[in-house]
Amino acid sequence: MTSYLCHPKKYILDYIYLSMKLLVCISKAPDTTSRIAFTDGDKRFDESGVQFIVNPYDEWYALVRAIELVEQNGGSVTTITVGDATCDPIVRKALAIGASDAVRIDAVPTDSSQVARLIANYAQDQGYDIILGGKETIDNNSSAVPAMIAECLDLPYVALVTKLEMSGDEATLIAETTGGTNNLSVKGAFVMSATKGIAEQRIPNMRGIMSARTKQLQVVEDSSVEVSTHVDVFKLPAPKGDCVLVDADNPEELVRVLREEAKII
Amino acid sequence: MSVLVYISTQAGRATNAGLEVASYASALDSGEVVALVSGDISGDGGLGAVGVSKVLHCADALTDNSQQSKLTKEAALAIGAKIVVFSGNSIGNAVAPRVAISMNAGYVAGATSLPEGKTYVRSVFSGKATAHVQVTTETSVISVTPNSFGIKNTGGPEAAVEAYSADVGVARVTFNGFTPTSSEGTVPLPEAVRVVSAGRGLKGPENWEIVEDLAKALGASTACSRPVGDMGWRPHHEHVGQTGITIRPDLYIACGISGAIQHLAGVNQSKVIVVINTDPEAPFFKAADYGIVGDVFEVLPKLTAAINAL
Ligand SMILES: Cc1cc2nc3c(=O)[nH]c(=O)nc-3n(C[C@H](O)[C@H](O)[C@H](O)COP(=O)(O)OP(=O)(O)OC[C@H]3O[C@@H](n4cnc5c(N)ncnc54)[C@H](O)[C@@H]3O)c2cc1C
Ligand SMILES: Nc1ncnc2c1ncn2[C@@H]1O[C@H](COP(=O)(O)O)[C@@H](O)[C@H]1O
Repeated sequence: MTSYLCHPKKYILDYIYLSMKLLVCISKAPDTTSRIAFTDGDKRFDESGVQFIVNPYDEWYALVRAIELVEQNGGSVTTITVGDATCDPIVRKALAIGASDAVRIDAVPTDSSQVARLIANYAQDQGYDIILGGKETIDNNSSAVPAMIAECLDLPYVALVTKLEMSGDEATLIAETTGGTNNLSVKGAFVMSATKGIAEQRIPNMRGIMSARTKQLQVVEDSSVEVSTHVDVFKLPAPKGDCVLVDADNPEELVRVLREEAKII
Repeated sequence: MSVLVYISTQAGRATNAGLEVASYASALDSGEVVALVSGDISGDGGLGAVGVSKVLHCADALTDNSQQSKLTKEAALAIGAKIVVFSGNSIGNAVAPRVAISMNAGYVAGATSLPEGKTYVRSVFSGKATAHVQVTTETSVISVTPNSFGIKNTGGPEAAVEAYSADVGVARVTFNGFTPTSSEGTVPLPEAVRVVSAGRGLKGPENWEIVEDLAKALGASTACSRPVGDMGWRPHHEHVGQTGITIRPDLYIACGISGAIQHLAGVNQSKVIVVINTDPEAPFFKAADYGIVGDVFEVLPKLTAAINAL
């Protein structure tokens, strides 16, 4: 076995080479069991009484994989969030899980391109190796922000990544696509969205929670970005009619109603 | 005025997702519908019949979304399109947002119906609400939720096919191969029109035959709840719900699934939901159109037989 001690130069080069600078986009999301209601003439989500969590895709998948890569290779994981001060608790949670430091861009975003442009403005001269986001937010469900960041920064983009490995400055990835998965590789900086499979959820431990208190959370002002869409109104779906029950001994009746009433088979 | 629609093809024909967005683009009634195809196409790929009048055909099958996005932007500028339409599938979700940024266009992700003016309806809060989103820029980029609009045959004449190319730069993401998850011939879950899904109520992977038989009788795809995927009873890609795939079939039959909110998030936009569960208090019945309170091991074989008897 060759020891790195015999090759001090290689050790230093490898170390510098592999030390990674990662940015993870973290969004605040209402807990899945939250009551969904709107306010301001149904133009805005009613946050009163809502418990907020880190958007699951961002926390379980993007953040944890980024932390694992830095544990293996050295470097840093910065989180970035576009939102007001009500986001700080979820940002602290990301720091407790193991992010190195955090940035919050102080704005209440109303469309995905605004979020993406603000993040891109911040990231553009920072030299991140990988910018990671989640597959989608569970409130906006757009699956748009990471792709938009990639376009703003003219970087390659890989969506729906279920596996990410690094060797030197080359990433090998497996990504979901319609009907299967793609095997891909990218050299140099890129943007990606993470989904199930890339990492396992981590629960912050006491030491993490304590150290999160002293980690840096930088607040950035940027009012240079305009929106290109706005929400006229939010609506709740019409309540479903009562479920029509069919006798378990008479599945023919189910077939009949699916055929004649629902006209679906 | 014209509308540009981005189309994926398979074996020379537009995919069902492609035919659906082309139908949507023609129903917009905002001028000539031009389809952009990168890759293989034979004839007009079936696009004339759904209202496309011209196909711009780029012979290179581009796999890098930054190249696909450049190609789309150039084509949109070339024909003066004010609306660019994509399917909200995995390719569209990667390319459309890039195009929106590069064209300074407002983006609506996952429209579920035709707009009123420039206001589109999309599903938010994992299916628990809708947002009516207005585009305030001159150009709009729209992705359409798969299975929300359907394929509408207009009986139009064969579309003219023109060779098209643009400077799209080099691929920076290297494509090293594709591994199919669904076996040959079966419809990818997000595109399936009928889905039979099962949960922990099936007790074990060895019991899936009755689920598969029902699916086969209906020409449906199979899906499952998350614990079933996590325990390895079924492949992960079948897992639907908040952390899995979101589907919107015409018919969703849930067998032995309790109907937890995280599961419903992935299926509550189905047109008709049928629930089969031994527990009359299972939350799924509240989201269902039709239900059978009963044991899957007895009900499913009978139901399959009743369908096969049609
Ligand atoms: C953050 C988060 C995200 C999640 N994401 C998802 C997700 O994406 N998708 C998902 O599915 N879940 C998800 N879950 C898990 C979810 O909360 C439920 O635990 C899960 O959906 C339950 O699966 P199940 O219905 O198969 O099992 P169970 O809840 O155990 O229900 C089994 C059902 O089968 C019925 N049953 C038993 N025997 C029979 C029989 N012989 N015949 C008929 N019926 C029978 C029972 O009455 C019961 O209702 C998530 C959870 C969390 C916390
Ligand atoms: N306000 C935000 N701040 C930081 N990151 C965000 C924000 N909104 C979305 N993202 C990131 O973009 C991903 C996709 O979000 P969306 O396009 O809204 O579905 C999320 O999983 C996050 O990683």
